[in-house]
Amino acid sequence: MDLHFGDSKPTDDERAAVDALLGPPESSWEGADRSDADLRWARGGREARDRRDLLLPGLHAINDRIGWISEGALDYLCRRLTVPPAEAYGVATFYAMFSVKPRPATVLHVCTDLACTAAGAPELCAGIEARLGPGVSVERSPCLGLCERAPAALAIRAGDPVRTAVSAPATVHEAVLAASSPDSAPQEPPAAMAVPQAGQDGLVLLRRVGAVDPESLDDYRSHGGYTALRRAFELGPAGVIREVTDSGLVGRGGAAFPTGRKWQATASQPDHPHYLVCNADESEPGTFKDRVILEGDPYALVEAMTIAAYATGAHKGYVYLRGEYPRALRRLEHAIAQARARGFLGEDVLGQGYAFDMEIRRGAGAYICGEETALFNSIEGYRGEPRSKPPFPVEKGLFGRPTVENNVETLVNVLPILTMGAPAYAAIGTGKSTGPKLFCVSGSVERPGIYELPFGATLGEVLALAGVRDKLRAVLLGGAAGGFVRPDETDIPLTFEGTREAGTTLGSGVVMAFDDTVPLPRLLLRIAEFFRDESCGQCVPCRVGTVRQEEALHRIVERSGAAAAGDIALLREVGRAMRDASICGLGQTAWNAVESAIDRLGAYA
Amino acid sequence: MRKREPKTYTRLTHPLVRDSRDEPFRQASWEEALDRAARGLERNRGAFGMFSCARATNEMNYVAQKFARVVMGTNNVDSCNRTCHAPSVAGLSAAFGSGGGTSSYEEIEHTDVIVMWGSNARFAHPIFFQHVLKGIRNGARMYAVDPRRTSTAEWAESWLGLNVGTDIPMAHAIGREIIHAGLANEAFIERATSGFEEYRKLVEPWTLSLAEKVTGVPARAIRELAHAYARAERAQLCWTLGITEHHNGTDNVRALINLSLLTGHVGRYGSGLQPLRGQNNVQGGGDMGAIPNRLPGFQDILDPDTRLKFESAWDTVIQPHYGLNLTEMFEAMEEGTLKAVYCIGENPAQSEADSEQAVRRMRELDFLVVQDIFLTKTAELADVILPATAGWAETEGTTTNSERRVQRVRRAVTPPGEAREDIDIICELAARLGHDWKYADSEAVWNELRSVSPDHYGMTYRRLEEHQGIQWPCPSTEELEPTYLHGRLWEKDPARRGRPAPFGIVQHDPPVDLTDDRYPIRLTTGRRLDSYNTGVQSGGYASPLRRGEYVELCPEDAERYGVVVGEEVLVSSRRGSVVAPVWIDTALRPGLAFMTMHFPDEVDTNQLTIEANCPIAGTAEFKASAIRIEKLPVATIVR
Amino acid sequence: MTVTPLGIPRRLLEFTIDGQEARVPEGSTILDACRAAGKEVPTLCEGDTLRPKNACRVCVVEVEGSRTLVPACSRKAEPGMVVHTGTERARHSRKIVLELLASSVDLSTTPQVAEWIKEYEAKPDRFGPDAARLNEEPKVDNDLYVRDYDKCILCYKCVDACGDQWQNTFAISVSGRGFDARIAVEHDAPLTDSACVYCGNCIEVCPTGALSFKSEFDMRAAGTWNESEQTETTTVCAYCGVGCNLTLHVQDNEIVKVTSPHDNPVTHGNLCIKGRFGYQHVQNRD
Repeated sequence: MDLHFGDSKPTDDERAAVDALLGPPESSWEGADRSDADLRWARGGREARDRRDLLLPGLHAINDRIGWISEGALDYLCRRLTVPPAEAYGVATFYAMFSVKPRPATVLHVCTDLACTAAGAPELCAGIEARLGPGVSVERSPCLGLCERAPAALAIRAGDPVRTAVSAPATVHEAVLAASSPDSAPQEPPAAMAVPQAGQDGLVLLRRVGAVDPESLDDYRSHGGYTALRRAFELGPAGVIREVTDSGLVGRGGAAFPTGRKWQATASQPDHPHYLVCNADESEPGTFKDRVILEGDPYALVEAMTIAAYATGAHKGYVYLRGEYPRALRRLEHAIAQARARGFLGEDVLGQGYAFDMEIRRGAGAYICGEETALFNSIEGYRGEPRSKPPFPVEKGLFGRPTVENNVETLVNVLPILTMGAPAYAAIGTGKSTGPKLFCVSGSVERPGIYELPFGATLGEVLALAGVRDKLRAVLLGGAAGGFVRPDETDIPLTFEGTREAGTTLGSGVVMAFDDTVPLPRLLLRIAEFFRDESCGQCVPCRVGTVRQEEALHRIVERSGAAAAGDIALLREVGRAMRDASICGLGQTAWNAVESAIDRLGAYA
Repeated sequence: MRKREPKTYTRLTHPLVRDSRDEPFRQASWEEALDRAARGLERNRGAFGMFSCARATNEMNYVAQKFARVVMGTNNVDSCNRTCHAPSVAGLSAAFGSGGGTSSYEEIEHTDVIVMWGSNARFAHPIFFQHVLKGIRNGARMYAVDPRRTSTAEWAESWLGLNVGTDIPMAHAIGREIIHAGLANEAFIERATSGFEEYRKLVEPWTLSLAEKVTGVPARAIRELAHAYARAERAQLCWTLGITEHHNGTDNVRALINLSLLTGHVGRYGSGLQPLRGQNNVQGGGDMGAIPNRLPGFQDILDPDTRLKFESAWDTVIQPHYGLNLTEMFEAMEEGTLKAVYCIGENPAQSEADSEQAVRRMRELDFLVVQDIFLTKTAELADVILPATAGWAETEGTTTNSERRVQRVRRAVTPPGEAREDIDIICELAARLGHDWKYADSEAVWNELRSVSPDHYGMTYRRLEEHQGIQWPCPSTEELEPTYLHGRLWEKDPARRGRPAPFGIVQHDPPVDLTDDRYPIRLTTGRRLDSYNTGVQSGGYASPLRRGEYVELCPEDAERYGVVVGEEVLVSSRRGSVVAPVWIDTALRPGLAFMTMHFPDEVDTNQLTIEANCPIAGTAEFKASAIRIEKLPVATIVR
Repeated sequence: MTVTPLGIPRRLLEFTIDGQEARVPEGSTILDACRAAGKEVPTLCEGDTLRPKNACRVCVVEVEGSRTLVPACSRKAEPGMVVHTGTERARHSRKIVLELLASSVDLSTTPQVAEWIKEYEAKPDRFGPDAARLNEEPKVDNDLYVRDYDKCILCYKCVDACGDQWQNTFAISVSGRGFDARIAVEHDAPLTDSACVYCGNCIEVCPTGALSFKSEFDMRAAGTWNESEQTETTTVCAYCGVGCNLTLHVQDNEIVKVTSPHDNPVTHGNLCIKGRFGYQHVQNRD
């Protein structure tokens, strides 16, 4: 490609960061010194243009090392990858974790989302900003997925290597310590601390969290690891798909699509290669179950992905992991490396002649990338904007090829399905919602955390387990894209069909309790801000609709009754168009929580 | 620092005349100017040459060549196609009997391998390159052969940076490799070509390692290109002036055509040869007979039946021999056998290689009439200047593009002042010289052409409008022919297959202007994206990309001479010197420099170029001069 | 030998639009079918030379069995599909989308939009005087064309035309996100520091006048731009031998703008800098 570059040059550090990822440049056309040979023969074309998917890792490499992405660094990365700088700039500016303007090497992300705000995030922010000097950039962040330890802060210090420190629950002192010396900040508590049921009998998905050493493949195997994969090889791909289909497993990400059907549809596509993508971009406010699994039982995902890939004819899998999960990243990287070293990944998995390997791709702060097609674009090195469907991913997904996309919880359910058999698995839960389900309980409860219950438990049962506090005002189900229910609706069964019948949604399993200390209009405004911030901007209903929604909620934050009626009518009209006419789920659900608060909780009445 | 702006030309609005070359021009009436022009031509009958215009319409070119042949009784008619693609026409007609590119733009979108040889189409033919890009996006692999790593080359799978003027060694080595690898299309060679044995012997010495020595390109790269081209099911070979502007341009073209014959990449959909034309109607000008060896419809003057047809159509006698081409006409000026020139819309004073010599020769003319829209450097030499209309925006007619597509040109604006259409002016002159031609409009001219050119017969104005242009040949008013030429070569029946295409037995001959210790740098020339030829048209708009003329050097040479971007240096060849600022381009390598001819009023690059001509086509070796760079005593930096 | 491929003949499929049977070739979009049936469905981001982006969502229609409305411009017709183009639900979304756009973007030079606003009874003012707008100043950083992003509806057509669909120059992209997303060159630099080659193929596809010839921009500012007095004449470019068709827009005997027919086999609506802007020399009349 005839790319245009400006005069800016990379610094040695920036160049080293990119070269550490890509290796040294092979010719002067890629950025090496000029040699006689280069001036006689240059290779390029298709091969050079086919490396676009390394753009996001390259941006991370620069951002991790320097803390921001300069013109020279971006141009150098573009030269190495044959990517037009304008496009790379469009990608870099899409993600909240990247900056194209200079900023301090240390960034402290302070969560100001629902659970953390209820737990005092505004005061925390103010305190931190008063204490920290200009050497640290304090950024208000959407949900960091640490809701069981609200309020939370995450410090990232650029360098070689990049350092991170989590402070949660954060005090001003601890957050400042994490930001000013991340290396000496106290260790995070073990993942099992987020699982109040840890160690109890009868757990299926969470049974190893806290019991197994997440760093040890052998310990994983001694706790039943890799028996499911062996079973999968006995059954063959078609047999695995039959088991998964018969188990009644449906996707846990919120859409509840039957997993067996999705696998079958991909497996039967004549176009090759097939890809497997694990959606670990857990960004729905209030959700943190994937993080706990990846931190506490990472090999489970590696094994489950191997099985899913085997069943659907894929030889390459990607885990798209949320950028704000440093410990999950380390654990999963370690697990993949171990599995590869021991022959559980690679050319000949378990000596069965089947090749499979996987790669982690880090998100960089974009809720929209949890949408499957936006996630594909993000991996491919484009802006994380959703694609129109059809065609669906099973036909044209990642790199335009047939792709199975499942989230972490869905995939790890495959292990018990194969070890206990489809009938036994299907016997758990209700007829239409089978198996165990994880709930992310946070907010006004004594024991926030991840709870595993068979489908069919009521909202009240979950809240009771977590020790709901008095003066419950509302419960948010399914996160920002979900809906509020009243305290008197605790008999709603937490199944897909049960919540639907009750006119609400299970979503990703968020159960967030609010007492009456947090003014509801403020919560709704925070939700509206979240959607306005996270809209990718591609389609008009969502891009402008989320702005108009926030404006209207801002106007009525102190109003009610007749004074709010006009704006509520406006909200309904805009909300209806967002739901009907937006490209993807983000815009389609951006009005759900607000609508439910008005209709169910009587907000602004 | 001073700001460098190109010269802006204003339109001619009135005829200009003068009594002697020492006087300034004065405005004249059309009557006076035409009378003077007629007298000037009349007194030089027998020593007359017509410079027709590759940028004017087909209709104008038809009338202009008819003027030369009927009114002045000579075949001395030519145009600036001589300075660019005449070798392509000569080479293609020698091989296939027809001088047009064999394929269509659309086909390149559906081919498997594209070779861009001596062509920076990304800059010189941007919209053609969009078709190439479609092809690349559809999966085609592109290879670029060019001394510079141009914008075009940056899109290639593989760029081969050969030494200037070593195209034949490269082509022969590719041919030899194809033969030795058993990749030649034997069935096609057997049925549709002649002279293969001789060709095999010709290329046999050109091993990959010898080619590496001569071209400078690694043997592996040449081998890879050879295999890619030969193994492709469809392949397109495209070239531009990097092939033709050499003293042996026609040989270069033949060497490339040989590769298509060897592999059967011609005469099929998606497989063919595509010379990219430099001017809007350089194809049409030749098609209309505005060349010294062909009558309209590209019909050979030496063919008695053809002559007879035209003689009866035009009621005249046509000289049974070829006329002088542009290059030969300039030589005849020197010898004094050519004394009057009617120059329409051309600017040879700046476009010819060794421009100083060209100007000197034109000064020797007894009479020069220039018909143009601007007072060009050539017009400044004239006795009579006739203000014309801009072919593309102020007249009706047609032009023919690189894929042989004849398209309608229409009048959108009213010409300024007293400017008149070319055809009107030529007819007025013809009338004064005893030939009263009546053309109601351009369509009448076109219909006359259709009646004498079978290839154009089917193209009525109505059909041209309906189809947004039609490609020749178009013998029928009902049907359209395939988009590619020479499908006949694939016919089973030898009678329908026609004359086999001969391999060209051509030898390597290095550039005439050798580099040595005094002139160590090879200067090559080309176009930039936003400018065009001598800049008379393109200087008129405010291009943000334009930066004026520079001598472009590689970073290593700039360092060696101790010069920086914008620093003016003295550039000298064995013929002349110019002062030009330096630009540094990483696409060049040590010993290779690049300039354009877009800004002759600031930097007259053609003072440096050599007038070493292709003996077959007459095109000069613009692409290879030997120069040296000298730092000026006092450094001047311009930006 | 290979003959000229005519393409595989496309099968016809049948479905229903607004209660009428429609037969279209396989691969046609709902919008294609609507146009063939003489039904007008408004759209802003659809371009006849570009792949549908379906970003504006003005063209949404109701398809039975679909949870949400579907964009007519990109959804392919399927056999047996039942489409309703004028339901209250579809009209409501169109109205809101027009309101959202008109309340945030300057649509004064967007053809047809005023009619649609009337037809759908859209009231952009109802979001109040403080409703956020783009608030962009025109970028005049070169002599050939102007980027007035206050008029930009972010339809992506310019990005697609500059990118892999036609020009492959990739000078512009969408940068930022959400309501702050803007069309920009790398590092938000002026055009003159970018990869732009001034082909103007972005202007050719811009549906709102956000991108315009400097000549048009200046004449509009001076109040002299008058399309009703302009003639459009298609001719052939006078530069290289490719033979691009130019449509010259002439007002008072001056060329004021150059376009190219979108269905032209040579250009498909695209030109280079010389063809698009290099006309001035003919009108340097004194």
